[in-house]
Amino acid sequence: MAYVAIADRDAPIHDPHTFIEKYVWSQDHKVIAIQYALVAIFVGLVALVLSGLMRLQLGFPESFHFVDPSHYLQFVTMHGMIMVIYLLTALFLGGFGNYLIPLMCGARDMVFPYMNMLSFWVYLLAVLVLLSSFFVPGGPTGAGWTLYPPQSVFAGTPGAGLGIILMLVSLAFFIVAFTMGGLNYVTTVLQARCRGMTLMRMPLSVWGIFMATILGLLAFPALLVSAVMMTLDGTLGTSFFLPATTSMGQPLDHHGGSPLLFQHLFWFFGHPEVYIVALPAFGIVSDLLSTHARKNIFGYRMMVWAILAIGGLSFVVWAHHMYVSGMNPYFGFFFATTTLIIAVPTAIKVYNWVLTLWKGDIHLTVPMMFAIGFIFTFVHGGLTGLFLGNVTVDLPLSDTYFVVGHFHMVMGVSPILVVFGAIYHWYPKITGRMWNVKLGKLHFWFTFLGTYAIYLPMHYLGILGVPRRYFALGNTVFIPDSVHTINKVITIAALIVAAAQIVFLYNLIVSLRRGEKAPVNPWRATTLEWQTPDTPPKHGNWGPRLPEVHRWAYDYSVPGAKEDFIPQNEPVDPRLGSGRDHGIRH
Amino acid sequence: MSPVTVTVALLVGVVIWVLVARRLTARSWETGSEAGDIAAVRMAPARLGLWIFLAVVTSLFSLFLSAYSMRSHHGDWSHVMLPDVLWINTALLVIGSIAMQFARHAVGRGLLQRLKLGLIAGGLFAIAFLAGQLVAWGQLRDSGQFVQGDPATAFFYLLTAVHGLHLLGGLWVWGRTMKRLLQGVEVVDLRLSVELCTIYWHYLMLVWFALFGALLYL
Ligand code: HEM
Ligand SMILES: [Cu+2]
Repeated sequence: MAYVAIADRDAPIHDPHTFIEKYVWSQDHKVIAIQYALVAIFVGLVALVLSGLMRLQLGFPESFHFVDPSHYLQFVTMHGMIMVIYLLTALFLGGFGNYLIPLMCGARDMVFPYMNMLSFWVYLLAVLVLLSSFFVPGGPTGAGWTLYPPQSVFAGTPGAGLGIILMLVSLAFFIVAFTMGGLNYVTTVLQARCRGMTLMRMPLSVWGIFMATILGLLAFPALLVSAVMMTLDGTLGTSFFLPATTSMGQPLDHHGGSPLLFQHLFWFFGHPEVYIVALPAFGIVSDLLSTHARKNIFGYRMMVWAILAIGGLSFVVWAHHMYVSGMNPYFGFFFATTTLIIAVPTAIKVYNWVLTLWKGDIHLTVPMMFAIGFIFTFVHGGLTGLFLGNVTVDLPLSDTYFVVGHFHMVMGVSPILVVFGAIYHWYPKITGRMWNVKLGKLHFWFTFLGTYAIYLPMHYLGILGVPRRYFALGNTVFIPDSVHTINKVITIAALIVAAAQIVFLYNLIVSLRRGEKAPVNPWRATTLEWQTPDTPPKHGNWGPRLPEVHRWAYDYSVPGAKEDFIPQNEPVDPRLGSGRDHGIRH
Repeated sequence: MSPVTVTVALLVGVVIWVLVARRLTARSWETGSEAGDIAAVRMAPARLGLWIFLAVVTSLFSLFLSAYSMRSHHGDWSHVMLPDVLWINTALLVIGSIAMQFARHAVGRGLLQRLKLGLIAGGLFAIAFLAGQLVAWGQLRDSGQFVQGDPATAFFYLLTAVHGLHLLGGLWVWGRTMKRLLQGVEVVDLRLSVELCTIYWHYLMLVWFALFGALLYL
């Protein structure tokens, strides 16, 4: 039985009783969120192990014979695809989106609970199809996460038979799952907010997730189109993307296809995808910073508009991934310009985060440490992005480790730091327990410093010209010895970072039983999810009556207020102003 | 990517802007200000859900179309000889849409008999359209043009197949509505389903016009 998203409960409702109803075929957004998150974290760990194997090969090229060149390519591909789609996208939208949207908007559930449940199961199916490709003859595809044809379906590439088809089918399932979830998230935000929760009172977490979902709904079709067309090329012998060529010395039946068409379609999805994982991170980090600095977010309206502007602009920059494809110079000029323009709203967000911290009452809790860590890594990744956005700078750096360093900083490490911060932040609400602070801090320092040790040197490797997606460098003339030393160091750092994640998992699992009981609102936060009658919130979230909202989400340290925070559902006391217009009018 | 995509993107942008612009300039975060209207869009969630879904499908079809137009602007493009039956199919689809509109009109006034008539006709004409598309496929294949041939033919099969699949999805929902109608569900309770089906029928008719037009002229 599912709840109507917005209705005071007048009649007692049949709550699920059996284990299966409650935890397996559940239509409760919180359970679905946890299901999504657990599966995403599980495949994320697979991807982490793959990256460890790749690093072993790169750091100690002669020592590990179980990684051969084909395996290396397969690991690169699966690692990249899993991290971007099956971990980050699924975790931010299916996980945090599902958990936070109804709670933060004051709804009892998503508006289409049944479809929400289906979304999870189709996602699980997508993951299983993806993982099954490890076990088929030929193994998973090794085409690179960009899957560029014609090589992705040619016999010389590992997994060119079944591997690539399974990858494409899995992506298609993922897109179906995402669309079902996405329709829910958008409709819930637009239709199911409780009384008083206007759009411009929503926490930025909801804004980020909302906009990311819209991007996903409009951009994933491009991936679907390219996946369908490539599947047909690979199975029925059509020639959408395959020109007349030879493979392994044999002329093929295909003729007339356009590989460039695939690149356009892929990146029309691929660039917005970067923001599909970045925007939720932007939103969540804003809330973490404001809550733990006990200060209202600086420039709330600007933050909302920046999210919208970034979302819109992200559809007109895709060809900056194709500078080396040989495009018309005016075309390149156009895309370099739009790419640099996106830096403006992005920079505004960074300034506002820093200004939120300025003179704040900063509590260096673990979630706060991760949030501040994010500002560092994001600024670093963003700055190298400005280099790569310029055609002339990109040409020599394209396909080198400079790019690997850049995108790991900006869309790997940064969102992951936010994921960690968010998990630490909401864990007490989700489980009703606190985690161990010492272990949390340990986890932070190893992860934060460790990622710098991994990715900063990569930029240097890239400038030296070390190419990406290479199994081994051999005795290439232009590669100095120092590169090999650096590669060893990076590998050691990567292994340490990977090991540090065991501390994280240990902390989460052990705290489930041994952790202290969490107070209802441990961070003294204003947003609605902390004001539920029960912790963890029960099915239906709010008990008999829905909350009513009277203020924005950022009333921290309001002068004259009893406490240093005022929950959103606290009625307005006419004698007090809000933190925002204090001193401006009274 | 191509003018098609750009136009569609602009349209989607305008619609979103019209829907939310007013709320985005509200200063409702200031304590004590009027909360105002909560629902950003006043309609049943299922209806809004359908419109958002249509936005997704629009994105899908315009990407297919822009792929088509990018490819067809290369010099070596040769058009498919489109079977004439497509014109008949187009007429069937239009009649189906009109029948659905008739049903929608009836459901608003609680006229059961007319509703039945319109709904059944709407579904049957859609099925006839699909059958007609299969005939077109058969004729094309018999004339020796199949998917392994040149990209133009492959695109023809692809675009018609994707459109047909969407119509099949619509027929599934139509079937459930029919079932409820035959089980004697009150007309008022059918209203939303019938209206949503009608919107979807009209929408797929427009998509077909766009696809057919592209196949003819692009
Ligand atoms: C400890 C963490 C990680 C390590 C050690 C690591 C390591 C690597 C390595 C060694 C490569 C292959 C470079 C090459 O040969 O070209 C790679 C590629 C990649 N990684 Fe990671 N990675 C990590 C985390 C992540 C995360 C969190 C993301 C999420 C966005 C990510 C996304 C990618 C992508 C998209 C590729 C490109 C795949 C391709 O070239 O097809 N990685 N990573
Ligand atoms: Cu990009």
